[in-house]
Amino acid sequence: MSSTPVSRRRFYAAFLVAALLVAGGASYYASSHPDGLEFVAGETGFLDRADDSPTANSPLADYSTKGIDDARVSGGVAGVAGCLLVLGISFGLFRVLRRRDDDRAEAEQNTSTTSGA
Amino acid sequence: MHVPDGFLDAPTSIATGVVAVGGLALALRGARRELDDRTAPMAGLVATFVFAGQMMNFPVGAGTSGHLLGGAMAAVLAGPWTAVLCISTVLLVQGLFMADGGITALGTNITLMGLVGVAAGWLVFRGLRAVLPNRLGVVAPAAAIGALLSVPVAATFFTLLFAIGGTAPVAADRVLVAMVSWHAVIGIGEAVITFLVVASVVGVRPDLVHGARSALRARTLEIREPARDGGTA
Repeated sequence: MSSTPVSRRRFYAAFLVAALLVAGGASYYASSHPDGLEFVAGETGFLDRADDSPTANSPLADYSTKGIDDARVSGGVAGVAGCLLVLGISFGLFRVLRRRDDDRAEAEQNTSTTSGA
Repeated sequence: MHVPDGFLDAPTSIATGVVAVGGLALALRGARRELDDRTAPMAGLVATFVFAGQMMNFPVGAGTSGHLLGGAMAAVLAGPWTAVLCISTVLLVQGLFMADGGITALGTNITLMGLVGVAAGWLVFRGLRAVLPNRLGVVAPAAAIGALLSVPVAATFFTLLFAIGGTAPVAADRVLVAMVSWHAVIGIGEAVITFLVVASVVGVRPDLVHGARSALRARTLEIREPARDGGTA
């Protein structure tokens, strides 16, 4: 158990690569059947109430990239693009929200000076 | 479980929008306590992984599929408040860019998958952790059971919203039975994926798993204690 742990940087890189491989590659093999909600809506008779999304003409709509005909590439590009969008937004958000180590060091310094005094 | 525009009427969509905004405001405050220099990048990667995972629809029989919701997984890996923000970011990108889930339904989707999915998964996880031994090996199974239950709970909440503000005259009990039975099966897939991912991360870097912190502390104490005894004896 006390073997050298994987470095944090390497772990983060592997986690990101795993996400990109799933979204950009493996997702091609995902089931194309309607999901649980869509299926139930069809079965019980309210699926026709669904409106087209206002973003239905987005270049990435329905996880396919406009202008790319090959389904595998089109879906892969959309998946990777989506991952990068989520990554960018969440990285930015969590960076702003996080406690800084220098904040904590400062706080520790303050408590040590007050306890010392 | 992405709700499109049109399933729920305007008042219900507005109400879930208000709930979502309130939940996000709480999550923005709560996440500050969960995030530091080490865990902030981890949380961003968790959100990215949930987005990827949601693309992998798996078949559940009879022409139906399910996909990861990710609430329990994100809560255990990154902390529950941060998980709400992770799932909401995923839903925002899906709604705005992928046309997956509606725009007026965004509040509904954040409420169902962000708030209810995360809360159900996390509460079950915490409940199990409270009664089971405080060991690292418990973290992934407890996360999986949280994941298993979070999906039918979210499906039940959708049915509740549909009963209040559904736009089609469909008997709510029929919707409930169908939603819960299908999503109980989908929950098994959710549990398997959550178990594999959480167990992998716990195996490699348990210090980056929010839900493993107390088990990790307990283990460190156990290792240190005998050494100190040996030193004094």
